Amino acid sequence: MSVHAATLDHESLACRRCASGIPAGRLALWWVVTSEIVIFGGLLASYLLFRLRHVSWGEEAAHTNTLAGATNTLVLLTSSLFAVLAHRCATQGDGRGASRFLRFTIALGGVFLIVKALEYTGEIHHGYTLLRGTFWSFYYVATGLHALHVVAGMIAMAVVSVGAGRGRQLQRVELVGIYWHFVDVVWIFLFPLFYIAK
Amino acid sequence: MTTLTHPKYGAIWFTLVVLLGISLLGPLTGSTAFVLLLAFGIAVVKAGMVAAWFMHLAVERRLIWFLMITALALMAVLFFGVAPDVMRDQGQNWGALAAGKN
Amino acid sequence: MNAVTLTPPPVTAPAPVRGSFWSRYVFSTDHKVIALQYLFTGMAMGVLGGLMAYVFRMQLAYPGESVPGFGVVSPGKYNSLVTLHGTIMIFWMAMPILIAALGNYLIPLMIGCDDMVFPRLNRLSYQIFLLSAVVLLASLAVPGGGFGGAWTAYPPLSSRGIWNHTPLGAPLWLLAVALEIVAFLMGGINFITTLMNSRAPGMRMHDIPIVVWMIVVASVLFMGSVGPLVAGAVMMLMDQVAGTAFFDPARGGDPLLWQHLFWFFGHPEVYVVLLPALGVVAEIITVFARKKLFGYRTILYTTFTTAVLSFFVWAHHQFVAGIDPRMAHIFTITTLLISVPIAEMIFSFIATLYGGSITLELPMLWALGFLADFLLGGVTGIYLGSSGTDIYLHDTYFVLAHFHYTFVPIAVIAGFAAVYHWYPKMFGRHMNKTLGHLHFWGTVLPFNGIFIPLFLTGLAGDHRRIYSYALFKELARPELQQLRVFATICTVIMLLFQTPFFINFFYSMFRGAKAADNPWRATTLEWATATPPPHGNFPHEIAVYRGPYEYSVPGRPVDFWPQHEPA
Repeated sequence: MSVHAATLDHESLACRRCASGIPAGRLALWWVVTSEIVIFGGLLASYLLFRLRHVSWGEEAAHTNTLAGATNTLVLLTSSLFAVLAHRCATQGDGRGASRFLRFTIALGGVFLIVKALEYTGEIHHGYTLLRGTFWSFYYVATGLHALHVVAGMIAMAVVSVGAGRGRQLQRVELVGIYWHFVDVVWIFLFPLFYIAK
Repeated sequence: MTTLTHPKYGAIWFTLVVLLGISLLGPLTGSTAFVLLLAFGIAVVKAGMVAAWFMHLAVERRLIWFLMITALALMAVLFFGVAPDVMRDQGQNWGALAAGKN
Repeated sequence: MNAVTLTPPPVTAPAPVRGSFWSRYVFSTDHKVIALQYLFTGMAMGVLGGLMAYVFRMQLAYPGESVPGFGVVSPGKYNSLVTLHGTIMIFWMAMPILIAALGNYLIPLMIGCDDMVFPRLNRLSYQIFLLSAVVLLASLAVPGGGFGGAWTAYPPLSSRGIWNHTPLGAPLWLLAVALEIVAFLMGGINFITTLMNSRAPGMRMHDIPIVVWMIVVASVLFMGSVGPLVAGAVMMLMDQVAGTAFFDPARGGDPLLWQHLFWFFGHPEVYVVLLPALGVVAEIITVFARKKLFGYRTILYTTFTTAVLSFFVWAHHQFVAGIDPRMAHIFTITTLLISVPIAEMIFSFIATLYGGSITLELPMLWALGFLADFLLGGVTGIYLGSSGTDIYLHDTYFVLAHFHYTFVPIAVIAGFAAVYHWYPKMFGRHMNKTLGHLHFWGTVLPFNGIFIPLFLTGLAGDHRRIYSYALFKELARPELQQLRVFATICTVIMLLFQTPFFINFFYSMFRGAKAADNPWRATTLEWATATPPPHGNFPHEIAVYRGPYEYSVPGRPVDFWPQHEPA
């Protein structure tokens, strides 16, 4: 079954062609993911280098909140499940279903941010601030950068879900999903780096 | 255009959650090496599962795999190129050694 | 229902624009308009960067005296001029002209397509780029002045306002660079996707013109290398504005880490601008030698080799930074290795010239000028790539002369070659030849006059980052000062000789001789459409039947065989 949005006047030649066999949107999105891998890769490689050098950072890391981290891992994994279910709906032409699942995903993104905020609050109250030491600087910068990606993903999904609810641009559901899963994968690595390795 | 067979996403999610639980149990064993190995091993497996099934890399064209592997390989190059400098800030007295021989 | 097919819905092609000035030239999504926007912005920034060079060269030649048109150069102003000259020339002149302008203009035309895959993303990319330029220029006006920590922004100097005395200029500089990176990531993704998906029917991998390959490989390089710098920039920004200590050795940070993150991007960046320049030269040489490009596949595969190798050479910028000497060995070897593929390409170009029917039209002059001057830049690089000699030459004017001998041919000479070559297609008119010759000789001769003396002062020990040599007795000797004065005079001459170019450029746009659709009798697809190409490029869908460089094919009535002509 082919899913087509509302018919538009005429489509551009550039978008009609598909020499690589991958639709342009998805191809471009994989390049976005590639460029994101090297951004987070550079940050985490730097962190890892410092961490391996300073054994004493283990004591600092002991003060991160493993329970909050684990909760957030669970929240993001579940949100990824909803994102992929939205994609399944989209491939079946069920725009309303896709929109509904995307809204669940956005809600879980919100839960993630709330947990994160509570976690930051607790840590700051106990004196583990950005400037306490370079471990904490890395902790706040890495999780903060990740949280920014979560916010960006939520906004993108909100836009896509509105369109999908009206049956428009359903291929976008998959694209925003790939981005969201990437954000999930980053968290999967942040979790052991900051919360388990102590 | 993709022809996509959707796997059982619920089961994959359940496996991921179980893996998360196991990685949380690691610290109870008390062995640091084991904890690290377990935690990062599970992280790699989880990331692989999300990429393969949720991001559909398993059925995506091979090209994209190469792309992802290349990006990760570049990060390995960065890590190992920087490691000899950043991880040895105590100094190896290169100058002092050379001076001593003169 | 499990197996389903998902097709993207049809996307509206941008409707033929007949609207107002604003919708046609400012908010257009047409790739050609965006290319020209990048070109004009890049040229304007280039003029600015050149004028900055004029000011600080005058200070070096006549220390402490008032510079005509600027006034007395204080040490702080000197630092910020040098920093912004470097930053502008790399990020706001070389990259927008060579990658963004040429990529936008040529990729859709050369692969026989009507536009980029994402025209609106393309427009956004230019707008962000423009914003980044505005932020950069605004940083000059804030209290404390523009950032003065050199374009490499080494910490600890760059990481604390109390040390670099530009508490506002430094973060703004960082922000401008970050915005520029975002713009080029968007543009790069667009280029790569367009080439991968939207080639004309019949265009196989080896039918793609070299310049398109080079621009796309450069975009991939940029994308793969810029990530660590983005991460580093975030850390640097936190150091500057929040007071963290990522790069502060006194509080457990590591300044060397920034150098690594910066050069992990910084060296591939050299190839990001070099490759499109080489591509431009390849196109022009084949057209004006009326000969098939020698070793298309060799050039293509050496491009890939260069791209891969360029990720393994970055630490040759840090031989004196206290890096591990064992790593210095490795990076020496990889650095010397990377000269092999580049030399191979240059040999291919020379082999293309050999036996060709060469006509010295303006673009060809510039292309040959590139080959001659870039060669000198490449050869002097060998001394700097070897850690042994680099220890003596590092941070001297020898290094400065070396990289200007690479970057000026890349960004200025090859950039002008491209402008002269594609000008008839862009504006439908020819540029004036006499003014063009005047411009060529008035640029290339003074360019050598600037930097050959600087090689000599560098060998004599001139350090790069000195505000006034009068303060150093052993460097203030008259014979060295004379060389500096000579270089400065040549700078002024070179800048003055850009005037004929701008007169020519804008005069010919309206009054130049009308150009035919294919004035150079070239084979690639951009010449297969009207001049200048209309919105949508081709009147009907075009197909490709052969490689891009079929010149002087025996048995043909004319000496070129366009890609789109059926056999």
